[in-house]
Amino acid sequence: MAAPKKGRPQGRPGRALALILVAMVAMVATMFLTGHTTPRLGIDLAGGTSITLTAKSDQASAINPTNMNTAVGIIERRVNGLGVSEAEVQTQGDRNIIANIPKGTDEKQAVDQVGTTALLYFRPVLTMVQAAPAASPSPSGNASGSGTASPEPKGTASPEPKDSGKPKGADESVAAEPSAGATTQGRAVSDALRADAPKSPEASASAKPPEASGAAKASESAAPAGSEPPAAPSAPASPGGLDTAVPADLQKKLEALDCTDPKSVDAATKGVKPGEKMVACDEDGLYKYALGPAAVQGRDVDKASAVLDTQSGAGWMVTMDFNSAGTEKFAEVTGKLAQQAPPNNQFAIVLDNEVVSAPSVSSTIGGGQAQITGNFDQKSAEELANVLSFGALPLSFSVDEVTSVSPQLGGEQLEGGLIAGAIGFVLVVVYMLVYYRGLAFISIISLFVSAILTYAIMCLLGPAIGFALNLPAVCGAIVAVGITADSFIVFFERIRDEVREGRSLQPAVARAWPRARRTILVSDFVSFLAAAVLFAVSVGKVQGFAFTLGLTTLLDVVVVYLFTRPLMTILAKNRFFSSGHPWSGLDPKRLGATVPLRGRRRPVRTAVKEA
Amino acid sequence: MSRLGNMGARLYRGEVSFDFVGKRKIFYGIAVLITVLAAVGLFKPGLHYGIEFSGGGVFTTPATSISASEGKTLTEKALQGEHEVIVQKLGTGGLRIQVSDVDAGNAEEIKNKVADGVDIAPDKVDPQVVGASWGEQISQKALTGLGIFMVLVVVYLAIAFEWRMAVAALAALVHDLTITIGVYALVGFEVTPGTVIGLLTILGYSLYDTVVVFDGLKETTRGITKQARWTYSEAANHSLNQTLVRSINTTVVALLPVGALLFIGGGLLGAGMLNDIALSLFVGLAAGAYSSIFLATPMVADLKERTPEMRALAKRVAARRAAEARGENVAGPRDAAEDDQPAGAAAGDHGDRDRASGKRR
Repeated sequence: MAAPKKGRPQGRPGRALALILVAMVAMVATMFLTGHTTPRLGIDLAGGTSITLTAKSDQASAINPTNMNTAVGIIERRVNGLGVSEAEVQTQGDRNIIANIPKGTDEKQAVDQVGTTALLYFRPVLTMVQAAPAASPSPSGNASGSGTASPEPKGTASPEPKDSGKPKGADESVAAEPSAGATTQGRAVSDALRADAPKSPEASASAKPPEASGAAKASESAAPAGSEPPAAPSAPASPGGLDTAVPADLQKKLEALDCTDPKSVDAATKGVKPGEKMVACDEDGLYKYALGPAAVQGRDVDKASAVLDTQSGAGWMVTMDFNSAGTEKFAEVTGKLAQQAPPNNQFAIVLDNEVVSAPSVSSTIGGGQAQITGNFDQKSAEELANVLSFGALPLSFSVDEVTSVSPQLGGEQLEGGLIAGAIGFVLVVVYMLVYYRGLAFISIISLFVSAILTYAIMCLLGPAIGFALNLPAVCGAIVAVGITADSFIVFFERIRDEVREGRSLQPAVARAWPRARRTILVSDFVSFLAAAVLFAVSVGKVQGFAFTLGLTTLLDVVVVYLFTRPLMTILAKNRFFSSGHPWSGLDPKRLGATVPLRGRRRPVRTAVKEA
Repeated sequence: MSRLGNMGARLYRGEVSFDFVGKRKIFYGIAVLITVLAAVGLFKPGLHYGIEFSGGGVFTTPATSISASEGKTLTEKALQGEHEVIVQKLGTGGLRIQVSDVDAGNAEEIKNKVADGVDIAPDKVDPQVVGASWGEQISQKALTGLGIFMVLVVVYLAIAFEWRMAVAALAALVHDLTITIGVYALVGFEVTPGTVIGLLTILGYSLYDTVVVFDGLKETTRGITKQARWTYSEAANHSLNQTLVRSINTTVVALLPVGALLFIGGGLLGAGMLNDIALSLFVGLAAGAYSSIFLATPMVADLKERTPEMRALAKRVAARRAAEARGENVAGPRDAAEDDQPAGAAAGDHGDRDRASGKRR
């Protein structure tokens, strides 16, 4: 084993010390420069509501990372829809989702929003109006079919080039997937729509591809759309057999609807059944819609994905696959929609009573596949695909834990944790001082270095990976004081053993290190393994504990290697320690060294053996 | 140096030596006894599961003059006796009110009733609602973790040391866990997810101790077959004594912060996760210190003594001692034994020299 080579100095203790000091200064500087001087606090310390959901499914394979991430995306949308932008939703483990909502949010509402199952429907658009409060909705009152005076949904000269300002679906269209021709046609339709759709319904009609497969079958009677019963049987049927009438009460609702006021939206959309007509706002609150009964349900979507169409140059688009029931229903409703004039040739994709997208339809889409084109970019296409997939998610979620912590209680807990940490730290320091005297200073300084590094890393990990310091993490850090100090004890005891053998301090330190090092590495490895396993299998707060434990174990190794040992090596040259001053903790007499100090290079073995 | 420091020196030189390995049957006996007690405790009174396992609500109030028993009466009245209520007074002066049969659906309503009952504004009351399956889910994961960890550790120890040490470490681990769970059952501490976390952490910690001891053992017994003065058990015992101070110190230093946590968690904050983690850690750490000294090493010695080499060694040692007892000149064999020692020993191999210089019995 590695007995130190003769004549070689103890590595370069100065270098190691410089390295760790530079690292420390760099971290602390980053901390101050970026302004993250305190760790991000978890809900239990800062106050707020934390909701833990567990995914359930009939098929075990349905609970997979892809589906879970889709669900997280949707839940995030809903939570942030409450007007809290700092809400944080993440998966934990394989089947849990944790939503952390900072203080100041109505916890009841949050739980409702997070806990209920998302509902996705495809509904035909009856009419759409600009949602700006100033705009009088009345012009669209006569909407049905004519679409004459409805506020312009973004003409070509629209000032907002970004898609955030676009009316949903005005520039999006749906086409049957297999035919590339249909795609282009779809785009043609959408272009036509965009240019002048609302003013002249004929524009869209004329753009309708004559060759579009199976468009507008006259044979389709005036039967109400979809399998859902119509809400207003008295409503006049428009061409194609779709009930596009906007009943008076719905019209009133539409006028009253204020998309900027969540309460108004909530009141207007609450408790609406899929079979009823309804009003809804779009995501950005720019347009509001009157919608027909749900024609297809989200769960009829098999899968949806964002695709970059490089062949036809259509750019990003979203493809959907329906199951057999969905195929049938979708074919039926698109067949009817295709015959309508704008805006009635659109269907709205409604998630949680909010219109996510409202593409127009140019032809019957059979075969169970459809694609939505429009001026998507990758992000918006993926978002829409996500929403559509969620309808297809065979997951339901149960609310397993809800914890609300007031800032006051959180503050008390934080304070308690800090006090506990301080007491623990002081106790360890006192014990070390009593037992190791002068040596204890080395361990105390090392503990401080370890503490500073831990703190800085925690601060920096907040913005970097979203690490939040919670109560169990504080607990882990406190427990770690013991682990870190243990390593020093292992090292010190080794040095003392060597001094007992009659070595003078410098060689004793040199010899003690390789042995102590091995012990420290082996035991820290086991500690780290425990933390890693705990992290991997745990959920929620527990992960904070495991994370801190693992982090501090790693730091322990770093500090012992780069700080404690070099410092010890340097101080071994110091007279206070090397002369074995009674207060140094290394007094050979008190340690019961077998040979007088500086007596011989090597201990005389027989001296004791024969005693 | 302190008296303990002197003790350390005497232990180190073998002037004072506790016969851990020789009296192992006693320690095994104690361990078996405690384990049996723990097992009995698991049946009756059994573990007392916290609200996280049965499901329900916990409502924490800010400081109030209402006492725990008053709080219980008031809350029960407010809930019209339809729910089971447990109330604790916290160190902060607030109340921690546990209510059964609460779920996300009726939590708001119950919170309002509870707040009304103890006359505190509802928005000042912090609710925590736990689904009934939550604790089970955590435990399930914990058990999975336990299994994974044990397999990994046994494999690691078998590679880093040898399989006998791995087996002994595993046995020590099981012992620690059983004792901790047993203490929980017998004392009636509440088992919460925090407890389960603590339990998992004990695994790492208890092994930390054991590994430190084994590391010394491995070093001390290197090349042991090349001499005839000490049997494996004796060498193991000496190693244990040499590292005793270190083991005690590491355990004490590990326990101090946990004790502080326990003090704050239990004393200041009342019940809560801090307390739960610290409590199971404390019990487990103490058990871990016992097992790594009194169980793990003696077990390794036991297993080792069964191998042919160690049996042969024991015979040689016995023969040599018999010769010594007869007053024969043993200088020759002894020197031979010394010469047999590996070159490493002469160059200062720690373990061999320790044994040579320290052994006196």
